[in-house]
Formats: sequence, structure tokens, C-alpha cells
Amino acid sequence: MAIDTGTKTPVAAASPGTGAAAGEFVMKLWRGDAAGGEFVEYRLPAQEGEVVLDVVHRIQAEQAPDLAVRWNCKAGKCGSCSAEINGRPRLMCMTRMSTLPAGEPVTVSPMRAFPVMRDLVTDVSYNFEVAKLIPGFQPGPPPPDGYRMQQVDIDRGQEFRKCIECFLCQNVCHVIRDHEENKQHFAGPRFMVRLAELEMHPLDTLDRRKYIRERMGVGYCNITKCCTEVCPEDIHITDNAIIPLKERVVDVAFDPVAWLGRKIRRRPSPTPAEEVAKFTGAAAASERASASSSSGSS
Amino acid sequence: MAEIEHHDYDVVIVGAGGAGLRAAVECLEKGVRTALVCKSLLGKAHTVMAEGGVAAALGNVWPQDNWKVHFRDTMRGGKMLNNWRMAQLHAQEAPDRVLELEQWGALFDRTDDGRILQRDFGGHRYARLAHVGDRTGLELIRTMQQRAVSQGIDVFMECKIVRLLKGPDGSVNGAVGFFRETGEFVAFSAKAVVLATGGVGKTWKFTSNSWESTGDGHALALWAGADLIDMECVQFHPTGMVWPPSARGLLVTEGVRGDGGVLKNSEDRRFMFDYITDYFRAETADTIEEADKWYDNKTDYRRPPELLPRDEVARAINKEVKEGRGSPHGGVFLDIASRRPAEYIRRRLPSMYHQFKQLADVDITTDPMEIGPTCHYIMGGVRVDADTARTTVPGLYAAGEVAGGMHGSNRLGGNSLSDLLVFGRRAGLAAAEFALGSTGRPSYDAAQAASVVEHALSYFEHDGGENPYAVHEELQDTVQDLVGIIRTESELVEARERLAELRERAKKVSATGGRAFNPGWHMALDLESMLAVATCTTLGALERKESRGGHTREDYPKPDPEFEKVNMVTRIGGGAGAGAASGAAAGGGEVMVTPEPKPVMPEELSKLFEESE
Repeated sequence: MAIDTGTKTPVAAASPGTGAAAGEFVMKLWRGDAAGGEFVEYRLPAQEGEVVLDVVHRIQAEQAPDLAVRWNCKAGKCGSCSAEINGRPRLMCMTRMSTLPAGEPVTVSPMRAFPVMRDLVTDVSYNFEVAKLIPGFQPGPPPPDGYRMQQVDIDRGQEFRKCIECFLCQNVCHVIRDHEENKQHFAGPRFMVRLAELEMHPLDTLDRRKYIRERMGVGYCNITKCCTEVCPEDIHITDNAIIPLKERVVDVAFDPVAWLGRKIRRRPSPTPAEEVAKFTGAAAASERASASSSSGSS
Repeated sequence: MAEIEHHDYDVVIVGAGGAGLRAAVECLEKGVRTALVCKSLLGKAHTVMAEGGVAAALGNVWPQDNWKVHFRDTMRGGKMLNNWRMAQLHAQEAPDRVLELEQWGALFDRTDDGRILQRDFGGHRYARLAHVGDRTGLELIRTMQQRAVSQGIDVFMECKIVRLLKGPDGSVNGAVGFFRETGEFVAFSAKAVVLATGGVGKTWKFTSNSWESTGDGHALALWAGADLIDMECVQFHPTGMVWPPSARGLLVTEGVRGDGGVLKNSEDRRFMFDYITDYFRAETADTIEEADKWYDNKTDYRRPPELLPRDEVARAINKEVKEGRGSPHGGVFLDIASRRPAEYIRRRLPSMYHQFKQLADVDITTDPMEIGPTCHYIMGGVRVDADTARTTVPGLYAAGEVAGGMHGSNRLGGNSLSDLLVFGRRAGLAAAEFALGSTGRPSYDAAQAASVVEHALSYFEHDGGENPYAVHEELQDTVQDLVGIIRTESELVEARERLAELRERAKKVSATGGRAFNPGWHMALDLESMLAVATCTTLGALERKESRGGHTREDYPKPDPEFEKVNMVTRIGGGAGAGAASGAAAGGGEVMVTPEPKPVMPEELSKLFEESE
């Protein structure tokens, strides 16, 4: 994980013209709901060693008990407190006040790609709906002495499974941030990571390539790498997940050698029934798989 | 009266951490209609914080390992207060539960021959913890979350349950709560309810737990008339960060002391030398000179007193703070910076160094840390039948941290993740079977639900009442000071009185603003749970006049064999089922504590302990 070693600046040193007095934090928090809202200014004594979420909590405890903010672990592990701090998408719990310009107001606004519910809380249900469309893990039957996998074969999968589902990648992805209508065609970077993880899982037997191209919309990504830049887990979303997926789906669509290879290897090519099964989720797919001789049930 | 959305299910599971998810997967497997209700978004539960691993005697690293050894380790770690049957089932079934996760897509770290790698952990005789780097909990959550989603689970997210509903026969048949996002109320009817709500940490000032850990399940069970056991058994870590705020609650590994870190008070005195008890005198260095030589020569010199057992260190820190020699924020100083070169610290403690630098801008190579006892886990909880996770109230089940008995008076690292897999599954299975065996639909008592809603909304009508955050802070200070890591009669009595006052004040706090995502209102309701937990812990701690595992009494410093035989049972009024059915009265009825005999281990298992002596 990259360590921000930005030099520690005195918290809120007096800075004429910006309105923040010495020893004071000035926070501009977006407050409102789906109908609209505005930035509301809060002033409070500066304290050392705080992250943005600590300051938001102090405002909540002392000045605005009904200030809505979503959070859980406050340790960068659950991915709940995503927001835009001074316009940059970040986790509030991982953004130290000392790394922000001293003496200037700090703005905190909700993630822009999702509908506002209240204050800093957005409706991220889109992500949970997409999650339902992912055809789940489908292993072959375990051998008598259990599955074996080599560490080297799962390193990449483990990188993908570091994802804390903060949805910052979804938030900055231009495809959905700037084009609401694309949400129904493109699953977004977080789910490209999930699909890549399944595709590269040594035990998985399902071929999702056609599905990834046609239903998950991998082609929509134009590789601007914004998702990779904001990932708090430093997952190389574009290079390690999306680009390999793009290559794989191109293979399945156009490459005659890959097509032949598929015919002679054990992965069955998708049938229309399978497509339907996939589209309705892995439970249906699993029924199909257990009826098929080429991939076992579990 | 506010409208109440109503749903009808076979099984309703409250909590979507590891135990709740595992229960849900099992219910779906059995084909019963299942709802999963969680206070946060799906996948954010506190289980994601578990780092170490999941303990299971797979024998991949040490073929000698087996369930009997794991069972013995667990019972010994719990100072024999554990429910023996739970400990047995846990040790026997954990390996299957881990392998099952692999069939659902989990990617554990591997051995050279491609099997699941296992790591050493305190109290486990063999390397036993299956793990994924330092994010094992996240792997468990994600694996089961994805499994349940692909099974088609109905999830009700950001939904706080306020009370359970009970039928005329005294059985639990539903729950009432509200969606945090909108403040709209919802009632669930169910043939069975599974509590999987996790821990209670937010009751204490210093805790490693997330905001959700407010003991909701403990309180829901209590109010529904169920028994809780051994609520005094709370696990504290002696060295958690108390300052700065961004790092508060982070646990500081004992490795810091092993590598040269020392504890100092506000007078810059290395105070641990003042706390060497007779029992450890022979093996502990009594001068700074000798202690400092030990790090390089462990054969000729005795150990520094900073490395005394956990409870000794905790008692010393506690005393320094209470006698006014603590750090500015209520802890003491842990200093490795002035004792070891920066390069050495970075090499020996790389992840600690990075974590502190990143989260808090604390440089442990240049500054001392401010640390103090930090609440981490509660061993006590809802009394359950080991095989079925059934509580003392029909229709109500409990699994994971909210259930009591499995860990006795002290939990071994790695045993909580295996606990929630083993008993999450058992609770789901038993609840599903119970639902399948009962005909008809559960009755829905709309009036009862309405009275819960009325109660929840009452906080909006308390004009000019106290700020719920202020009462919460006072509750945290009270239990941290008086029902913390080291307890004593006079302080517990004082806590009992102060809690009675706080309960009265909490009833009158006011919520301002609207119902949509209103954290102040949520706090007012969470306070009810935390006060119930604090009361049970205090009463249990008063009654358990001994020191055992996580429960340390300054005035009774030794374990007492008589107390080993009993569970401290807390319940409302006169016993199971007597709790107010409507439950609208928060903590209505007095909480009573009674010592009751714990289940007796059968001969063939108790032999395991004699053999190894």
C-alpha cells in the first residue's frame, strides 16, 4: 500500500483571507437530500491526529446530531465512508486532516455517481443489483484428497479479493459517472474485478466470456485508469483485471485458434440455455452444470 | 401512527457478519424463505476486521493436530468455563467449515504442496489458523456474501431491529425495526429468528469494535425473556491506542514489547518494575540494567517486567492511570522509539509502522505511543443449546459473538471465525428445521408492532432532552473506568448505581431533525442496547468473586474452583418468558443475576486433560 508521507503541516495555521482562524477547522459539508442541498459550514477547534471522519463525527456529536454519514470500521477495511473530499474521491477514515491544505476550508460531499439519500450518504444499491447478475463460482468436484492450488496461481485472485467494495472506482468511472444511462449496460470496474477473479480462479469451470462482453459491457471501458488511481487497496484494476478481460472476450469472439482450443478443452462453450441461466444468476447455472457431464456439481 | 411495512418469512436472521451469513446460506440450502437483516450495507460487518485467521485442526502443517488437541486448547484458553459441548462441536466441525468455504470460492494462502496454509497463534498448540494474509475476515465475509447472493437471498440493508415480537405462547415470532436510510418502519413475521448481531464494544470508551457493536442482539434476547450467561467475561487488550483519535482502538501487538518497547508513566518512569508480584519474581529482572541485557542474552538474564502476562501488565497500567500518572488521554506511554534505531523498528514491525504512519501520522520510530486497555470481544452472551444454537425462548436462536459459552472466560485468537462458521451453520440449520416442522404462518400482532414503533418515535417528542451522544460518552467513561479490564467491588457497586441513573437519563434523550438517516436518533436507540449490556456485565462482574480469563477482580485475584462450576445468568425478572412481551418498555423489569451450574463435561472428554498434565 502506498504510504502518504506528505510532510506534517501545522493543523489550520492562521491563513488570512480563508476564514480559518488559528487552531480551528472549517468544514464545509454538503447537506441535503434528493430534492437538493447546499454546503453548510461548521467551525470547530482543531485537534491533532484526526482524520476527516473524526472531524465529521465531532460535528455530529456536538453541532449536528442528525448529520448523515455512513461508516463502520474507521480503519480502511470495510469501505463504507467513501466521499469526495475537496473534490477528490477518498475514504474519510483514511484521509488525515494534516494532509489537507492548512488554514483552508475542507469540503466534503457525497459520491457523485450515485443518487443522494441524505447529506453524505448515497444510494449505492446499483452496485448490489449488479452483484446479483454475476454468475457465481462454479468449481469442479473436489478430488478425494481435496483441492490443490499453488500460491502462484492464486496471487492474482487474492489481489482482486482485497477489494473492500468502497465503490470509489464505480464513482470515478466516466462511463457511469457522466452517463447515467450506461449503468444498465456496464457493470463498472468493481465488477470487472470480480469477473476477472472468477475467470482466473484455478478451480472455476464456468466460461463467462461471452456474458462479460455482451451483458457486463466490458467494451465500454476506455482504459482511462481513473478507477485504478482511486483504489484504496491498490488493486491494479485496469491493467490486471479489465485489460485481460478485454483480451479474453476478444479471443472468444474472433480468435479461431482460441475457438478450436475451447472445443478440445473441457470448458463447454456457452449454450443459449446457459446464457439464460447465467443471466438469472448462478443458482440456475448450477442446476445446468449438475446435469452436464463436463462440469461437476458441488 | 406511522405505517409499518410487513414481511412474512420462515426464518429472519438479524446480523450479516460471518455468523448471520453462514446461517443464511444454510437456510437457503434447506429451501426455507429467509430474510437477512443488517444494520449496515451488506459486506461491511465487523467480521471484515478479523486479521489472524480461522482456527481449524486441518493438520496441513502439523499432521499430529486433531480436534481433541484443538478442543483442549480452547477449554484451557477459556479457563474451563466453556460450554464443553460447544467447544467439542467447534473443534470437530471447523475443518469441514473451512474446506466448504474453498468450494465456494475462498482463496486461502497455500502450503508448498498446494493445500491450505496454517499459521501459529497464541494458545494453539499447533499452527492451526487458515488465513489470507491479514484479511481473513474479509475473505470469509465476501465468500459467504457472494454465495448467499447467488442463492438469491433477500437482504434488508441498513435496517435496525428495535424489538423482537412474541406470540401468545411466549415464543418469538418476528421482529420490528426501521430502515436507517428512510426512517420507515418494518415488521417481519417469522417462524424462527436467528440473532447474529456480534459484539458490544461500543459500550466502552476504548474499543477495537466498529459503531455497530452496540450489543443489540444481547439486548433483544434479554428483553424477549432469554437468558444471558457470563456477561462479565469481556476480552480486553492491554495495549490499544488511546490517542490520536484516528488511531483510537487500534491494537498494538505484544511484539513491540518483545522487541524492546517499554511502558512509561507521565513521570517518565518505567513503572513495570513496581508491579512484579512474588509469583513471577524469580523469573523477572528487577533492575533496568538486567532487563535491558535480556534482549540479547536470554539465557543468562531474566525477562523484563514489560513481558509479564497480559493481566499483570493490564493491572499495572490500570493502577498508574487511576493514581494520576497516566498519559494526557487516559493511557500510558509505550516507547520503543527512544530505545531502538528507526531502521530496526521498521524491519521488525513493518506492518505496525506502516499502519500507524498511514492512519494516524504517528511515527513509532520517533514518538512514544499512548496506549491503554481496549475492549475487543465479549465471551459472554445469549445462553444457547450447543447442538442447535437454540436460546431459552422458543423460536429464538443465536450464533457468533452474541452467543455465550463457546469461549468460556477467554477466547483464543482464530477461534471466533471458526465459531461463527460452525455455529452460524448450526443455528441456520436448526432454525430452518424448526420452521419446516411448524405448520401455518406465524401470527402477526400488529398492535404489538405498533407499540414498538411508538416507543422508537418517542425520542422525537422529548423536547429539550439531553443529546444522546453526551449520554453515550458518559456511559463509555463509566464502564471504561469502573467495569474495565480490572474490577473491584466498590467500583462495580458505583457502576451499578451510575448505570441506573444513566438508564433514566437515556429514556429522556431527544432526537432532533427528521427520521431519514438520523444518527442522533439511531444513537438514542442503540443506547438502550448498550445500557442493557453494561448492566448485565456489571451484575455478572459483581457476582463472580474470582479472577478468571477475561474477568479480573483486584479483590479476588485468583480463580476459585467453585466459580468454575457456574455460569452467571442474567435475565429480566423471574425467568425465561417473563420478559415484557411487547418489549416497548426499554429494559422494563429488573435485570437479575443468578449463578447456575454449567453443563458437566463427560468422563471421556475430561480424561483428555488428565492425560496431558
